[in-house]
Amino acid sequence: MPTAMNTKMATIMGMTIMLELDFMRSAFMAAAAVALIAGPVGYFLVLRGQTFAGHALAHVGFTGATGAVLLGLPPLAGLMALTVVAGLGMGLFGARLANRDIAIGMVLALSLGFGLLFLHYFKSSATQASALLFGNILAITAQTLSVLVVISALCLALLLAISRPLLLASLQPDLAEAKGVSLAGLSTLFMVVVALATAATSQIVGVLLVFALMVGPGATALRLSTSVMAGLFVAAGLALVEAWAGLALAYFTDWPVSFWITALAVAFYATSAVLARRPGHG
Amino acid sequence: MTVVAMDRVSLALAGRTILASVSLSIGTGDFIGLLGANGAGKTTLLRAILGMVPVTGGSLTVFGQPPRRGHAAIGYMPQGRANLPETRLKGWDYVAATVQGQRIGLPLYGAALRKKVDAALGLVEAQALARRPLAELSGGERQRLLLAQALVDEPKLLLLDEPLLNLDPGQQRRVVALVKHLHEELRVPVVFSSHELNPLLGAISRVLYLGHGEAAIGAVDDVITGPVLSRLYNAPIEVHRVGTRIFVMSGNVEVERDAHRHEHEDGHHHGHDHHA
Ligand SMILES: Nc1ncnc2c1ncn2[C@@H]1O[C@H](COP(=O)(O)OP(=O)(O)O)[C@@H](O)[C@H]1O
Ligand SMILES: [Mg+2]
Repeated sequence: MPTAMNTKMATIMGMTIMLELDFMRSAFMAAAAVALIAGPVGYFLVLRGQTFAGHALAHVGFTGATGAVLLGLPPLAGLMALTVVAGLGMGLFGARLANRDIAIGMVLALSLGFGLLFLHYFKSSATQASALLFGNILAITAQTLSVLVVISALCLALLLAISRPLLLASLQPDLAEAKGVSLAGLSTLFMVVVALATAATSQIVGVLLVFALMVGPGATALRLSTSVMAGLFVAAGLALVEAWAGLALAYFTDWPVSFWITALAVAFYATSAVLARRPGHG
Repeated sequence: MTVVAMDRVSLALAGRTILASVSLSIGTGDFIGLLGANGAGKTTLLRAILGMVPVTGGSLTVFGQPPRRGHAAIGYMPQGRANLPETRLKGWDYVAATVQGQRIGLPLYGAALRKKVDAALGLVEAQALARRPLAELSGGERQRLLLAQALVDEPKLLLLDEPLLNLDPGQQRRVVALVKHLHEELRVPVVFSSHELNPLLGAISRVLYLGHGEAAIGAVDDVITGPVLSRLYNAPIEVHRVGTRIFVMSGNVEVERDAHRHEHEDGHHHGHDHHA
């Protein structure tokens, strides 16, 4: 079948060319660094019922980024600073806020409002706003790449170090407390990890779509895996596959990377939901 | 031997006195039914023994020492408020996650720990259950896994908080029979909280009844009486015996039934309450 052969050849050649491009190589490396932390963090967010908090942290990051630009600072620095502060707040006061979702939602809305205000004063270009909101992984600089690698490694190390007590505290808070775990301390530490991971993830897919690359693989992994370690690996693996496939598809179709990543994340999740509903599965 | 000793113990939560001047001693052979209406302080008392609630007056010792969190000799089954997202996580992993789950590091389980988990699951005959996803199990089946969890470290004291909550009468009978069997087989003292007395009759050696900050401890026949319960409920109480069953009535209302309804409403709260 000569046509099939030709298509295959063309694809391989296309891939080779794609990986020879510097900006594509950087994009693939950044995507890998972020995916490896986004997946496992998402797994715990879903396990703990805190996905909305993760979503809100990303929006808070938008305000941090635009505020930083206004002050002449690097957007990533502002983004990280504000998500970490908000994460600390959520961790410390989270347990005591009765209507947590409403409080988080209010903070989220207020942040976007301020973000808009900062943009208004900065008279920033629409491209910059769009990059913050929807991501611009193809324009990632070598410096940003190294920052992302460091943040991800740090987050992953911290998350894995606390994963055992975090698991217990998520499944059985009373038991964890009885065994001497500090629920507030653990929750705060975890929210700091979430904040940093959110900041890193927003560099790939933008603040509005962090949910897809973080919570999507985590939720899918929870539905597919029967043990926790397997779940963490599946979550990281899925995030990596979604991010890389998204990049490749964007390269070949010229559609935005974030669109493809989001579409893949939702497709994987929907598939897992259908699989999990099948009787006798597992 | 005395396992838990309380001498005029007072407990307070957020500045409010929950129990005042409670004295009792729990021995190795005891199977204590911890009774009282919803909000009487059963959970608070258990948490004090676990070192999670500070003692505001009197003295409380556990195995001869002040209570402290993370005591390996105490098996604890918290009042059912597990967080269960949509997950395929298996019962076995759920039990394993609790074993030394306070330790830093990864949730990886070595051969020794696996053996302990399997042995505990064997004690409650839940090996088959443990192979199934948690989300598919019924309330009674999950209670059994929680009980297995409490047994993993070969406890010298079992504190079980409302294991009968939301179970139908048949399941309640099976849970009580199982705990009685474990109590005798493992020679482990048990404190079993419940707001219903009848399912526990025949299994417990003594009853500890809480109400209005006070406590009464003794044999069922000595504690479950009109005068004692009238004091604890701060209302005129009549005790009626029908066959082997005992009905505690306040006017026309059966007080345990009433408590049960409240507890259901409460259960809804707990589900949302523990995300942080
Ligand atoms: N964290 C808390 N802070 C203040 N009061 C509490 C707290 N937890 C429980 N209480 C109150 O303490 C009392 C005893 O509660 P609890 O020990 O849970 O009762 P029980 O287990 O018998 O239903 C109740 O009135 C309850 O409202
Ligand atoms: Mg209780």
